[in-house]
Amino acid sequence: MSRAEPETAGSGTPEAARTPNPLWSLGLLRGELLITFRRWRTLALLGVLAAVPVLVGIAVKIETGDGPSGGGGEGPAFISQISNNGLFLVFTALAATLPFFLPMAVGVVAGDAIAGESSAGTLRYLLVAPAGRTRLLLTKYAAVMAFCLAATLVVAVSALAVGALLFPLGDLTTISGTRIGYAEGLGRALLIALVVAASLVGFAALGLFVSTLTGSGIGAMATTVGLLITVQILDQIPQLDALQPYFFSHYWLSFADLMREPVYWDDLVRNLGLQALYAAVFGSAAWARFTAKDITA
Amino acid sequence: MAGPSVTEPEPERADDAVISTRGLTKRYRGGQLAVDGLDLTVPAGSVFGFLGPNGSGKTTTIRMLMGLIGPTAGSARVLGRPMPHAARTVLPRVGALIEGPALYGFLSGRDNLLRYDEADPTADPRTRRERVAAALDRVGLAAAAGKKAKAYSLGMKQRLGLAAALLQPRRLLVLDEPTNGLDPQGMREIRTLVRELASDGTTVFLSSHLLDEIEQVCTHAAVMARGRLIIQGAVADLSAGARGRLVVTTPDAGEAARVLKEQGAGDVVIAEDRVTAEPPDRDPAEVNAALVAAGVRVRGFALERASLEDAFVALTGEGFDVAG
Ligand SMILES: Nc1ncnc2c1ncn2[C@@H]1O[C@H](COP(=O)(O)OP(=O)(O)OP(=O)(O)O)[C@@H](O)[C@H]1O
Ligand SMILES: [Mg+2]
Repeated sequence: MSRAEPETAGSGTPEAARTPNPLWSLGLLRGELLITFRRWRTLALLGVLAAVPVLVGIAVKIETGDGPSGGGGEGPAFISQISNNGLFLVFTALAATLPFFLPMAVGVVAGDAIAGESSAGTLRYLLVAPAGRTRLLLTKYAAVMAFCLAATLVVAVSALAVGALLFPLGDLTTISGTRIGYAEGLGRALLIALVVAASLVGFAALGLFVSTLTGSGIGAMATTVGLLITVQILDQIPQLDALQPYFFSHYWLSFADLMREPVYWDDLVRNLGLQALYAAVFGSAAWARFTAKDITA
Repeated sequence: MAGPSVTEPEPERADDAVISTRGLTKRYRGGQLAVDGLDLTVPAGSVFGFLGPNGSGKTTTIRMLMGLIGPTAGSARVLGRPMPHAARTVLPRVGALIEGPALYGFLSGRDNLLRYDEADPTADPRTRRERVAAALDRVGLAAAAGKKAKAYSLGMKQRLGLAAALLQPRRLLVLDEPTNGLDPQGMREIRTLVRELASDGTTVFLSSHLLDEIEQVCTHAAVMARGRLIIQGAVADLSAGARGRLVVTTPDAGEAARVLKEQGAGDVVIAEDRVTAEPPDRDPAEVNAALVAAGVRVRGFALERASLEDAFVALTGEGFDVAG
């Protein structure tokens, strides 16, 4: 080890010279985003999500190769219209990934957020840095939400690219039968992507809460994804229809209402309200748990 | 003694104690009483050895001091302010290595330090890279800074953990078994580093179960056993509590014992060809001369310095073993 460096030698009264700038707090968020998106696991999840539109696009292309506009009504929303307009692949891909692939990816990232740091032991060093428990939790939640957005955009952009490559583009017909221009269609696609990303916010908060309950990253990820599957199954059972409006996934597919003319807002608003409720409830629960927790790992 | 009124902001106390705890107690959720009524005082500027066998509650105490776990009872002050309440103002001035290093394996050593530095809201991002480079240099990792941390050896990880504690000038450094996994060269370097930091005015709180390690660098020490504090004070005073012993090696053990008693030595013990005794209050040279004059064939004659271990055994009447 070399001789003492003057900057770190700790002579005099070091703390007197430090006047922290509130903006410095954001350094943690920057680092958190870097770490999230540099992980091999994150990239693999995004890769899987990017592959879904490719598969759907190719399948549709093969299916409709011999006869144009084969009107088979089965499969995810909008799938029958893709061969007429590639932009519909964006809506189809989002409708296909939203029930499971997208939230699963979010569940992995959210479940690992605190528990992963805990099982690696890095949590104690972040806390003695001191990151501050509330600040760390907020940073983690912000990073998970950034991942929700990134994951949705990956699906949308991949679908847009595949759609443009394999199918014609142009004006499109809304669910209500009116026609809108391609530029407006693109605008709606972006809006839909944002709504889909926002649909994941409640589940992300639930995952973060699970993450504060355990010291095992794998355990938290598995629990979160397990909850997703359970809720998705319960949402299909007719006898539970009194409860179903409170399931975080119940209004997920309402994003299709953005393709109506005029837009049908009721379910969209219900969905966003429900997400905000989940974020508030489980965000508070995560905060209460995490700020009172003994960190022994 | 009346406590301070609740509404008054806690004043920063005079600098005499960097750490002080009163009745600090921790019972884990499983029911294990890990720390029991600890009254610890670490004077400013000391190199303080926190000593105890495995499971005696050292790490538990450090976790409470760093605000990672809440005490079941009692209170702790670090840098004159209550923990964990004042963690935000206290911890930026404290560097810590707790229960070994923990790193992001997929990041390089340098990126690990950048990450930990970003976590400190009082760390200036404009000097971040320089400070990280200086810390890496200081622990001798400059050459391996770009390597992924998962490819580090145990000792390299330990050094990186130490570098994280040195990212800023600190008033207190808390090192939980810092020499774990280090080669003898690394251990020596740590000791040099600790002395260097201490001479800069940083208080160093060093936990260890290696007695001689503590003896070599520490000015003060405290001994824990089964969650209780057995003794604390200056190292010189502690080992003075147990006096050194006179050791005579000779084939004429019986005769030697007789002469030693005659010379005023107490507690004479014969073990084969070794006779040990509490040294009498006279010049050892005279004692040796008396032995030789009595025809004892003296092969070895030594005054063994009392070690902390002797002090420990003298204090507790026990060995340095793990408590259940
Ligand atoms: N997370 C925990 N939950 C329950 N009991 C614990 C926990 N951590 C430690 N203990 C118990 O508390 C006691 C003190 O443990 P601690 O880790 O503080 O010892 P230590 O002095 O640091 O030992 P070592 O020298 O081995 O590091 C032990 O009996 C241990 O079993
Ligand atoms: Mg320990």
